[in-house]
Amino acid sequence: MIGLPPSLDRVIGLSGGALDVLMPMHLWADPEGRVVQAGPTLTKMARRGDLTGLSIFRLLEIRRPLRVDHVPGLIALAGQRLGLVLRDAPDLPLRGALTALPAGTGLILDISLGLSFARAVSEFGLTLNDFSPCDQTVELLYLHEANTATMALSRHLSHRLETARAAAEAQALSDPLTGLANRRAMDAAIARCLDDPTQEIGLLHLDLDLFKQVNDSLGHAAGDAVLERVGSILRQQLRHDDLAARVGGDEFLILLRDCTARDGMEPLAARLIATIEEPIPFQDGMCRVSASIGLVASVDYPHRPGIDRLLADADAALYAAKRAGRGRWSAHIPPPRGPGRRAGDAARVTPGD
Amino acid sequence: MHGMVNRALQGFLTTTYGPDVWAEVRGQAGLPFADFEAMLDYPDALTLACFEAACHVLHKPPNALLEDIGTWLVTDPHLEPLRRLMRFSGAGFVDFLHSLEELGDRGRLAMPDLDLPQIALDRHDAATFTIRARWSLPGIGPILMGCLRAMADDYGALALLRLEGIEDGVECLRVQLLDTAFSTGRSFDLGRVGA
Repeated sequence: MIGLPPSLDRVIGLSGGALDVLMPMHLWADPEGRVVQAGPTLTKMARRGDLTGLSIFRLLEIRRPLRVDHVPGLIALAGQRLGLVLRDAPDLPLRGALTALPAGTGLILDISLGLSFARAVSEFGLTLNDFSPCDQTVELLYLHEANTATMALSRHLSHRLETARAAAEAQALSDPLTGLANRRAMDAAIARCLDDPTQEIGLLHLDLDLFKQVNDSLGHAAGDAVLERVGSILRQQLRHDDLAARVGGDEFLILLRDCTARDGMEPLAARLIATIEEPIPFQDGMCRVSASIGLVASVDYPHRPGIDRLLADADAALYAAKRAGRGRWSAHIPPPRGPGRRAGDAARVTPGD
Repeated sequence: MHGMVNRALQGFLTTTYGPDVWAEVRGQAGLPFADFEAMLDYPDALTLACFEAACHVLHKPPNALLEDIGTWLVTDPHLEPLRRLMRFSGAGFVDFLHSLEELGDRGRLAMPDLDLPQIALDRHDAATFTIRARWSLPGIGPILMGCLRAMADDYGALALLRLEGIEDGVECLRVQLLDTAFSTGRSFDLGRVGA
């Protein structure tokens, strides 16, 4: 042996029981590598009963920093971080550190669970009492479980928020692009008006002309600019009590409350068409569209019409306006009440033009 | 108050008394939404309003309701993950009592923004302890009493617990341990896999 003998006043004697308390996963081996004593937790993990006398190299495989299978090679690794496994559990990496005992009397190797601690605790059936109070493995397990639980809560929250957002969207009453009402809001507003027997309404069904050409030649951004512009025209031209909705790609419905005569609707329809026909600036150029309008008034009906009837008649009037050429309005006029044969519904289309 | 606390109050009321009672409590408290979210924060006033409404709807004194909540936190099968986290604190009931002072740190490990009570444990003799707890809301004493009673049961220990009043906002609780191995308790498998 080369070197100084250890100074005797720095040497202490520890009983095997003391080692068990301080390092429940230790191995104490003699110079031939046979187990003198194994800590209780390591004994439990090895599942071979009393390990005394067994070769540590039959029990363990030292893998890092290099593979060794003899005591001098192992002692040369004293103080280094060791990677090792139990031969009976080769897929559960463990960590270790060893120190040589004085005067070549053997070695003590202390072991801990590696990052696979959760699996190791389960596979070896370990309990709280198997760990030294100084070993934080149990806290790691706690943290691991706490993380799992809080992650689940976060996922639930995200899922519920997503569901709520979808529900809110489905219940929304406005069209996000134009800020006008949407179909659902319009249907509800018409139904409320028709439920009130004192309320007479007018309905305009407006469809843009040439919108497809703008979309095709200048792109969807230009189309969106046109729709936004039409939205703002409708807001400006209507009274506070009226309601405009975008009910399709380039289709709009306008509800006029307290509309006691169809006569008042016709100038509004003509004004809307004229305003929409004004060129709409987009980037460096101008977009040009027009509009066709079908209109109906509840006062024209001998019997209070239902919402489906009104909408269908407004649609038929719009179709008549389209057929008559772009940029026109058309009014649907139901047949008057009376005896005799049914004359069939009439239509009044934009005069002149 | 942290959503976890509010969610616990709602969970206790719905699992113990049913959704109708929760709906009534919610209505009386004027809660502007249907459910508390565990991961959001709420004003303390909402928590207190719900608790007062619950006492009123159920005709229960506040302390009795708080104690029931504490017991429920440990015993409800849906909250098994919470019971497991509590059992990590000690191998036996006495260890568990001694670890109560770590409860705040332990809670913050799980949820950094969770405000848990500050707890101090005084040991008078091997079987007698006083617990002093301070929290941002009143009522932690009876909650802890219900919780500890259930944990004693969980560990198989027999203990007498008694509220000892409130001093300067600190709620006191006396624990008299009669038997640490009174029954087998409930199992706790440290290495439950797939959790």
